[in-house]
Amino acid sequence: MAKLNMVQALNLALRQEMEKDDSVIVLGEDVGVDGGVFRVTDGLIDRFGEGRVVDTPLAESGIAGMSIGMAIYGLRPVAEIQFSGFAYHCFHQIESHAARLRLRTQGAVTVPMVLRAPYGGGVRALEHHSESREAYWAHMPGVKMVIPSGPRNARALMVSAIRDPDPVIFYEAKALYRAFREEVPDEEETLPIGESQIVREGTDLTMIAYGAMIRPVLEAADELEKKKGVQTEVIDLLTVSPLDDRLFTESVKKTGRAVIVHEAPRSFGPGAEIVSRLVEKSFYHLEAPIARVTGFDMVIPLFAREKAYIPSAGRIFRAAVQALETEP
Amino acid sequence: MNAQRTPKKKTPKAERDHVLHLLKNMIRIRRLEEACAELYSAMKIRGFLHLYDGQEAVAVGVMEALTAEDAVVATYREHGHALIRGISAGSILAEMFGKQEGCSRGRGGSMHLFDAKTRFYGGNAIVGGGLPIAVGLALADQMQQRPRVTGCFFGEGAVAEGEFHESMNLASLWKLPVLFVCENNLYAMGTALKLSESVTDLVRKASSYDVAAASVDGMDVLAVEAAAQKAAAAVRSGKGPHFLECRTYRFRAHSMFDPELYRDKAEVEDWKKRCPIEAFSKTLKTEGLLTDKDRQKIEGEAAKEIKEAVAFAEACTWEPVEDLTRFVTSERRSE
Repeated sequence: MAKLNMVQALNLALRQEMEKDDSVIVLGEDVGVDGGVFRVTDGLIDRFGEGRVVDTPLAESGIAGMSIGMAIYGLRPVAEIQFSGFAYHCFHQIESHAARLRLRTQGAVTVPMVLRAPYGGGVRALEHHSESREAYWAHMPGVKMVIPSGPRNARALMVSAIRDPDPVIFYEAKALYRAFREEVPDEEETLPIGESQIVREGTDLTMIAYGAMIRPVLEAADELEKKKGVQTEVIDLLTVSPLDDRLFTESVKKTGRAVIVHEAPRSFGPGAEIVSRLVEKSFYHLEAPIARVTGFDMVIPLFAREKAYIPSAGRIFRAAVQALETEP
Repeated sequence: MNAQRTPKKKTPKAERDHVLHLLKNMIRIRRLEEACAELYSAMKIRGFLHLYDGQEAVAVGVMEALTAEDAVVATYREHGHALIRGISAGSILAEMFGKQEGCSRGRGGSMHLFDAKTRFYGGNAIVGGGLPIAVGLALADQMQQRPRVTGCFFGEGAVAEGEFHESMNLASLWKLPVLFVCENNLYAMGTALKLSESVTDLVRKASSYDVAAASVDGMDVLAVEAAAQKAAAAVRSGKGPHFLECRTYRFRAHSMFDPELYRDKAEVEDWKKRCPIEAFSKTLKTEGLLTDKDRQKIEGEAAKEIKEAVAFAEACTWEPVEDLTRFVTSERRSE
């Protein structure tokens, strides 16, 4: 057991899976000699050699396409795209091929690959370096979209993603990479993909979030308890797609009020699907309109105004108060 | 598909058997495509349909150079490649009918014939989309030290796509065992090569990535076969990728919805004089390697094969509607 930040935890997951399974291959731009733009693959090339830690040219479509070919042949490629905003180059290979081969062949040809990419704001980088476009992948039948919220679950989910029989898009919040440390067990640990978790129990209000938004959500929940005596239940999705709606629809049946938080743009974002599930499954228990606290329908602004865009504990708190003050 | 490689020097009988085998394979493709066109008119096959008439020498010649261990990645005009690779005509037609006994189990259709057994990794509806995947197959082979070749077919239209350039660079950089086969039929659907490429010499383009490249008459099956054997042998020996441009021509429209406003009928007729099947037959006859009886026999066998394939496809079944959302992911089913 060691206290690791998310970068170290992900590195541990990759290292242990590569030790355990020769078919796990890491590839991407600067993942080898340089150890990755955020150092997630640091040291892997020294341990496993350039045969298994492959520095590629700047060719995102090629990286994604090669990963598909390797996966068809039974390798377990873990491709790094330096920033999620650079993955738009990969979109065609993932949408047109990776996501479809299982369906197209009824399981005769499958693509067990992982596409890792740092996502989201909070590090003051412009546009493509701070975006949160998980909805693109979540809308894509045939791929799974995973976003951990801390070192321990990042490690466990990465292990599961590598072993998963389907293509997994794995977004890592840059804002969390070195934000805090957690005890991460040395021994193997996995978390099932497609299962959410209750990270804070409560009876008055349900908050639904994932990734970097879990921290401001928990902060707002603490404030609500302190200032209003409100008990907030917080659900961490961990997997955006396939969406596990069991916990949050049950939670809202209990609390009657829901606040959804994501830094992705608002319209057609993950929150829209979550609202739909709540309407379908918890409608008669709702006591207030469902609130969404999200990024705006725009490209994330430059650093000086980034904070206005990303949902803060304060914005979440205010949305929660409004939801709580609505009379049924 | 030939598990056994063609020996360089053949006895007269073996030579005759071999050329008749090549001729027969080309005829099998032509008759399959003719059946497809009829079945399309009869609305048994729907949507879009891209036929291979005129280009048969390319698939037939190149497949001679690939072994059962090798892999094939093809395009949406891939019925012929699939057939010669060893996927049965019945299974191909059933797939085009959308029947679950088809090679992609009725999910892929005309443009997405797949067969893991023969390592046929697809037709591909997206121009250029298969190239990085072929490079990935070859990278896996290299990493796992398997002496395989990945044969990657694409049209000259793919050369305009970014993925062509990424793939050439990656394959050359890492000396990956890919045989890139560019079927240059001069038109990317309706756009002539000279209207879409700043450099129309495709060999020069491939050479610019330091990929060994050659051009061959794609209407001449023996020339294609010889060039492919040479290229595949080099690839197999670890010398890195090869690029083989096969200069060919598509006799039919791009798809069944193409008014062909971009080319003269006279041009089409000129190319038809070089029909890979008829020109080859004529040569063989002159050389005394083909008799009218041989041709009749071949035609009879091909007709029987296709007739039985059509009957098979007709008798096949559609998958149950309740199974439609299976195989999206490994476990997930619709709610």
